[in-house]
This record gives sequence, C-alpha cells and structure tokens, in this order.
Amino acid sequence: MRNLLIFITKYSAFFLFLIFEAIALYIFINYNNFQKASFINTANEVTGNMYRRVNNINDYLSLKEINDSLAKENARLRNQLKSSQYVDTTGKGSVVDTIYKQQYSYIEARVINNSVNHRMNYITLNKGSHDGIAKDMGVVSDAGVVGIVVQTSQHFSIVRSLLHKDTRISAMLAASKEGGSFMWAEDMDPRKGLLYDVANDAQPRLGDLVVTDQHSLFPIGIPLGKVSNLKPKTGGFFLNMEVRLAVDFSKLEYVYVISNKLATEQTGLEALQKTEDE
Amino acid sequence: MSRILFANFVRFIVLVFIQAFLLKNMTVYELSTPYLYILFVMLLPFETPNIVLFPLAFLIGLCVDAFYDTPGLHAASTVLLAFVRVLFVNVTVQKEGLDTDPQPTLASMGFRWFFTYALILTLFHHFLLFNLEVFSWNEIQYTLSRFLLSTVFTVFLIIISGLLFFRRKKA
Repeated sequence: MRNLLIFITKYSAFFLFLIFEAIALYIFINYNNFQKASFINTANEVTGNMYRRVNNINDYLSLKEINDSLAKENARLRNQLKSSQYVDTTGKGSVVDTIYKQQYSYIEARVINNSVNHRMNYITLNKGSHDGIAKDMGVVSDAGVVGIVVQTSQHFSIVRSLLHKDTRISAMLAASKEGGSFMWAEDMDPRKGLLYDVANDAQPRLGDLVVTDQHSLFPIGIPLGKVSNLKPKTGGFFLNMEVRLAVDFSKLEYVYVISNKLATEQTGLEALQKTEDE
Repeated sequence: MSRILFANFVRFIVLVFIQAFLLKNMTVYELSTPYLYILFVMLLPFETPNIVLFPLAFLIGLCVDAFYDTPGLHAASTVLLAFVRVLFVNVTVQKEGLDTDPQPTLASMGFRWFFTYALILTLFHHFLLFNLEVFSWNEIQYTLSRFLLSTVFTVFLIIISGLLFFRRKKA
C-alpha cells in the first residue's frame, strides 16, 4: 500500500493528466447527448449576457450596413403587398380567404455571437424559449438559410450555423427541381458550400439558384446560394457542385427563426408510424 | 505569495476575455487563428504543484469552451499542454543551486529557452485542438496547415506579450 502511494505521488503528473484528460474527452464526446444538462456554452446567463453587452457596443460599428439590408428587405416585401400589385380583374367586394392558413411564422432575433473561422461554428441569438424558440427550428436571414437551432435557454438560443461540419440540408436546384444534399465545403471557406448526391441526369448550369426542398425543415424555396463551379470533386456516382453561399456569415446581424405550426403534428405522426412498424 | 496569486488571477480573467471577445473574431485567410489564452498555463510559477496545475489548466480550458460552444475541446487540449509543460520543465530546468528563483518568463529564462518552451507547448496544444475539432482523416491537409499556421500566430503573440510585459531586470 505504501509503495503504491509512493508510486502514485512520484508519477502524479501522469495520473492527474489521465484523470483530467478523461473528464474533458468525456464532456466533449457526450456533449450532443446531454445538451439539456450541460451549461458550458453561450446559452447560460453569464456568457450569454457578456456577449450581449459586447454586441451592443459592436452594433454601432455596423449600423450603416444593417440599415441598408433592412431597407432592401423592406423594398422586397413591399413589392409583395397586394396594394403594390396591379389588379386586372374587377374586384367584387372583399373575400375572406379561408383556404390559406399560416403554417410558418417568423420570430425576429439578433445575432449576439457568431464565428466563421472554426470547423464547428455556432451562432448565439438574443431570444430563447421564452419567446417561443425551440430546438430544431430553422433560422434564416433576409438573404437565405443560416442554420438550425440546437439548444435554447430562457433568453438565449444556440444555432448550429450552416458553416458547421455536421450540418446537412436537403436542397434542390430551383430551375430543374433536382434534389440533393447541401453541406459546408471542406476547405473552410465561409463563402462556399457543396451540393452533392445530385442525380446524374441533372443538367446544372453556372449561376443556377440552389434552394431548400420539401424534405428540409425550412419552408420550400429559401435560397442557399448559386452554383459557382460544376466539378469541384471528381469520382463518385452522383454529381456534386460548388455553391456560392447567399448569406454573408461574417456580417450576420438580424435573423428570423421559423416556427412550423405543423411540426409537432408531423413528427408525432411519423413517430406513431415508427412504433407501429416495430 | 499573495502577489503571485493575484497576478495569476488577473491574468486568467484578462486572457479569457481577450480570447473570447477579440481573438475569437480574428483569422488570417481562414487558416490561422490564435489561441493566446494558453499563455496562462505557460506562465504559472515553476513551484506550482501538479495537483493545482492540472485543475487550473482544465478550468481555463473549460472557460474558453463556454465562450466557444465546444465543451471539453479546449479543456482536453490545455490538460495535454499542462502535461507537456511538466515534462519539459523536468528535463530543462534545474531547480537546485540557484540563488534567485526563476520564473517561466521571457525575462527570467532568456529568449532561447522561452521560445523553445512556447513553441513546443503550443505545437502539442494546437495539434490536439485542431484534430479533435475536425476529427476526420479526409480533411487532414487543411487541418495540418491550419495547425501549423495557427501555431506561428500564437507563438508570435506569446513572444510579443513577453517582450511587452516582462522587462529584463538589471542586476
């Protein structure tokens, strides 16, 4: 026993190294599994509030760009208003439209922490479960897809950015409706993505718009980017192409979180079917 | 003694803040990102017992993780850094027979020793950090170039801060 103690104290560095390394790796590997219990991230009150304060100061530096982008979006939305469209039939009274019910609603939020230079980039938003944000909701900006909510606290939420090694989004070519999968390019360029697993008979062209398709958790047709290179990688049975991202992630300020009114119904139905199959 | 404690406490806070709010946004050509906070573990006094050194390294790693949303990643890397530090100091520094107690700083140990110390410790830390973050052989060439260029950036910042804050005391 005494010899054992002497042995342990003599090589204490090695044993302490083993213990702490094991703890750290355990936390790292299991992070995705115990997200609810974990507090070591920017959704907790301390780090979240610090980022919010620093962001309040930083905002002054980019007021002009924010104004420009908001003005542009206003103009685009105004174009879609009924009042700005020319009516070529004679209207007969007002019609209460009961066919369309709102499926998606948008929650506006501000980006208070963001990065583009890591392999796993996360974005922190200044709104959380208190404002109706929940896990697995889609996040878009005025330009296109931004990411997916992975965790919420009461006043903050963490979004896994499109610029993350594990983000995959079901996408299609807007012109031909050919589906594929979308991910961030491997060379870590925050302006480039990769559309892969596109069927071989598709005929993509440079500049074709890439948008979300019906299998993704986003509404159909939200832009991801434009095709910028047709042969980034050779080999494989499917086509793949490089996409220039629609969103400038380094200048992200305001985003919208999409809440799908029918999401719980859909996942509930699918889960029910799964249990019946077993 | 209390002065050393206080100095290290302030250094801890300042380095985590610099890392989270300034250096996090800094990158050169998407390849080189500095991680200056490891300077804290490097500058702990030689007499720091292992039972204190490893928890402190773990703690600062976890603090940075809290700001980077990567729990465990930086903690694992800084614990490795602390282990390499113990080995390196054991091999290169003789504690007996010195009338002044040396500190692991640029001013106290000289440029050559400090540069080798910073370089080797940073190399180990960054190697684990970048490979653990990516965790894939497919991108090994990007990972390795990021690892090497980031090491250059970090060591550069460490040497600069050494020159700025630790003036050589004239005997």
